[in-house]
Amino acid sequence: MSLDSPKEPAIELVGIDKKFGTVHANKNINLTVAKGSIHGIIGENGAGKSTLMSILYGFYQADHGEIRISGKPVTIRDSQAAIAAGIGMVHQHFMLVENFTVLENVMLGAEGGQLLAKGVASARKELKRLEDDYGLEVDPDSVIEELPVGSQQRVEILKALYRGAEILILDEPTGVLTPPEADHLFKVLRVLRDQGKTIILITHKLREIMAITDTVSVMRRGEMVATRKTAETTVEELAELMVGRRVLLRVEKGAANPGAVLMSVRNLTVRDSRGVTMVDNVSFDVRAGEIVGIAGVAGNGQSELLEAIAGIRKPSAGEIFIDGKPVAGVDPAGLRELGLAHIPEDRHHMGLVLKFEEYENSILGYHRDAKYGRGPFLDLDAMRRDAEEKIGKYDIRPPNPRLRTANFSGGNQQKIVVAREIERDPKMLIIGQPTRGVDIGAIEFIHKRIIEMRDAGKAVLLVSVELDEIRSLSDRILVMFAGKIVGEKSSEAGEQTLGLMMAGIAA
Amino acid sequence: MSTVSVPLPAWINYGLIPLLNLILAFFFSGLVVWAIGESPFEALQLLLIGALGRGEGIGFTLFYTTSFIFTGLSVAVAIHAGLFNIGSEGQAYLGGLGAALVALAMDRYVPWYVTMPFAVIGAALFGAACAAIPAWLQAKRGSHIVITTIMFNFIVSSLMNYMLVRLLIVPGKMAPETRTFLPGGQLPKLDWLIAMFGGKLGAAPLNFSFLIALIMCFLVWVLIWRTKLGYEMRTLGISPTAASYAGIRYSKIVMITMLISGGLAGMMALNPVMGASARLQIEFVGGAGFVGIAVSLMGRNHPAGIILAALLFGILYQGGAELSFDMPSITRDMIVVIQGMVILFAGALEYMLRPVIVRAYQQFTGK
Ligand SMILES: Nc1ncnc2c1ncn2[C@@H]1O[C@H](COP(=O)(O)OP(=O)(O)OP(=O)(O)O)[C@@H](O)[C@H]1O
Ligand SMILES: [Mg+2]
Repeated sequence: MSLDSPKEPAIELVGIDKKFGTVHANKNINLTVAKGSIHGIIGENGAGKSTLMSILYGFYQADHGEIRISGKPVTIRDSQAAIAAGIGMVHQHFMLVENFTVLENVMLGAEGGQLLAKGVASARKELKRLEDDYGLEVDPDSVIEELPVGSQQRVEILKALYRGAEILILDEPTGVLTPPEADHLFKVLRVLRDQGKTIILITHKLREIMAITDTVSVMRRGEMVATRKTAETTVEELAELMVGRRVLLRVEKGAANPGAVLMSVRNLTVRDSRGVTMVDNVSFDVRAGEIVGIAGVAGNGQSELLEAIAGIRKPSAGEIFIDGKPVAGVDPAGLRELGLAHIPEDRHHMGLVLKFEEYENSILGYHRDAKYGRGPFLDLDAMRRDAEEKIGKYDIRPPNPRLRTANFSGGNQQKIVVAREIERDPKMLIIGQPTRGVDIGAIEFIHKRIIEMRDAGKAVLLVSVELDEIRSLSDRILVMFAGKIVGEKSSEAGEQTLGLMMAGIAA
Repeated sequence: MSTVSVPLPAWINYGLIPLLNLILAFFFSGLVVWAIGESPFEALQLLLIGALGRGEGIGFTLFYTTSFIFTGLSVAVAIHAGLFNIGSEGQAYLGGLGAALVALAMDRYVPWYVTMPFAVIGAALFGAACAAIPAWLQAKRGSHIVITTIMFNFIVSSLMNYMLVRLLIVPGKMAPETRTFLPGGQLPKLDWLIAMFGGKLGAAPLNFSFLIALIMCFLVWVLIWRTKLGYEMRTLGISPTAASYAGIRYSKIVMITMLISGGLAGMMALNPVMGASARLQIEFVGGAGFVGIAVSLMGRNHPAGIILAALLFGILYQGGAELSFDMPSITRDMIVVIQGMVILFAGALEYMLRPVIVRAYQQFTGK
């Protein structure tokens, strides 16, 4: 065999079709994934990537079509069948038992036999072997909730491998990781591939696609529109294939025109429920017409800072001023009345009630407004009309205000939150991770809106772990490390400098 | 696991699955009846005829249904805000005191329809008062509402014993109960309702509070799905973190919800106290508060479902009473077993059949 002859396929999907009511999520999809390769899948929010993978993993059944594993047709009724066929999935929201140890989680459901002791010993040995083989080091005896996200994800991978997975599906695995954690993950994935495992990687970050995949397939509106060898394509081509038009990968913005100070934070200290200091004596100002970015590795106090400013968390010391008025202790409803809008970093637990229909979420926090009903009553028609307007303006798909929010794809959920907060036309906007899990077209859109807010004279405070995002949007950058602001840079500061500051090495 | 996420059409979710659960419950009850040597079919027939056969039976069935609607609504309102109110029993009991005090004070002077609104308010206020302390403890101190509401059932029970034995008892009488209310303190029977269908109410105690219960169903529906308060309750019930993000105050919603829940439970007392016996008696609630938990669960916490589930339990209560009368080998305890089966299959094991049905549905639709 010559070197570049196609390897035998690990997975073939033939004519996969899936509808959810009127939404045609997968249209006659054909996909071949070579054994021992890393295959990327990209596509806009709602293109149908997660649906396709859910079909492969047995969460959904396709309406039509066939799945072949190593050439043999299989029916995958549920996740047990998927595991039996050698398919493992690393979910974006980890399915781990938080107060179990790593070992217990890995064994769970695969204990083998009635007596635990024997199983534990052999599981420990097997786990050790897997960790050594693939460079997946985690302490088998540490408790999940005490591990950083990156390690928790490694446990998910170990769990799949322990069950004999030959094929690993990762759906947006890097969304929650810090850059060093993501690098580590990619190292692991390369080792896995070199040992013959097959990997399917879904991500919105084209940089990651270029860095690690061998082949990449592009989905658009339920269809598989292209497959390319990664070495033979470019970021620009992929972006265009995904969106169907040229995309600005970096937003253009004019010079800022800062006005009066709208928001200031003075000596703010925030402790978490265990009494650990998360924000340590932080002070800064945000002016009208500027975007202040807070850079930092996740977990250095940014989330707590945002929550304190948004009135969700009580600061233990210090003051926050809005328009010169002290507001520490004012609740989120009161702050909204003062013109503060908040796009929270955790849309699943804060920004949205996933079980609500879309239109119910599009008023969350503003539901007392007379616009949505007189006196104590809600005016559902007004709510739905309002929701439809936002759906149109922000191109939220599917355009159905009656759909349960959980059934929207991740990026579209984010647009629901962004639309709600920006359309209020607030005076100040605080934003956490505005584009987590959002496709490049939507990133461009959201970034444009944020810059429009700035140009309209709003004060914008932006927290993101994406250094690129911070650098391309912010007019000033504050770097946070271990709860403190360790320095301020202009937006021209180099990635290197900022990276060192974020690691707490240089100021 | 995986079948959980498969969506099923509404007629399967709300029609077929509950029906199959009910059939299973009756099947196992039938086995029990058969095991003690009686014919299950005959028993079922007796039960249904007893509950629905004549106007009087229907009157009794709807009388029980009325009580269960109130307590079912009480439980459901709390569940929508994420609170599990186990105290409807005690709240209803104390509600009886509120209704009785109003009736005793007014029955001499005014006709029933003047007394009624005050009695509704009195019953609701006393029921709400009984829920207020557990609510406050949950809101401000984090004491778990399940524990505190259970404890209040006992406290109320002792308090009512004291009230009835020491204070409200008719001097010279043995029974711990108040005097009989005059017509101005009674709710009229609904003879005309049964007569509309050509039946006779007879001695059955079906009374005006049935209509109050139906009105409350409508009001609860409006509250939960058409008001801003209901929106805040549902937000808190589903996602406390989203509620705090939205500026929904936890302690405020917990307090209001529990007051409404306790008020609804309290109103249940109107039915037995002012509608049936025309006096306040000891232990008049008789477990209706606990049945309300099952009714709410079976009715998916929706007023329409609660009416149906309350009716089912009404049929079981009335039909069961007739059955044990006609078949002496089937004791009251056996009836409790049958009710337990319904709760087990239709409430607790509600989702047992779902995976099977999902498979069948997928086969059937060729997916
Ligand atoms: N259970 C469901 N019921 C109804 N519609 C659904 C359901 N699951 C997904 N959809 C719809 O199917 C389409 C495809 O969704 P999917 O989650 O596969 O997108 P995706 O490509 O993974 O997007 P993202 O990048 O945002 O995660 C979307 O329009 C979504 O709203
Ligand atoms: Mg997805």
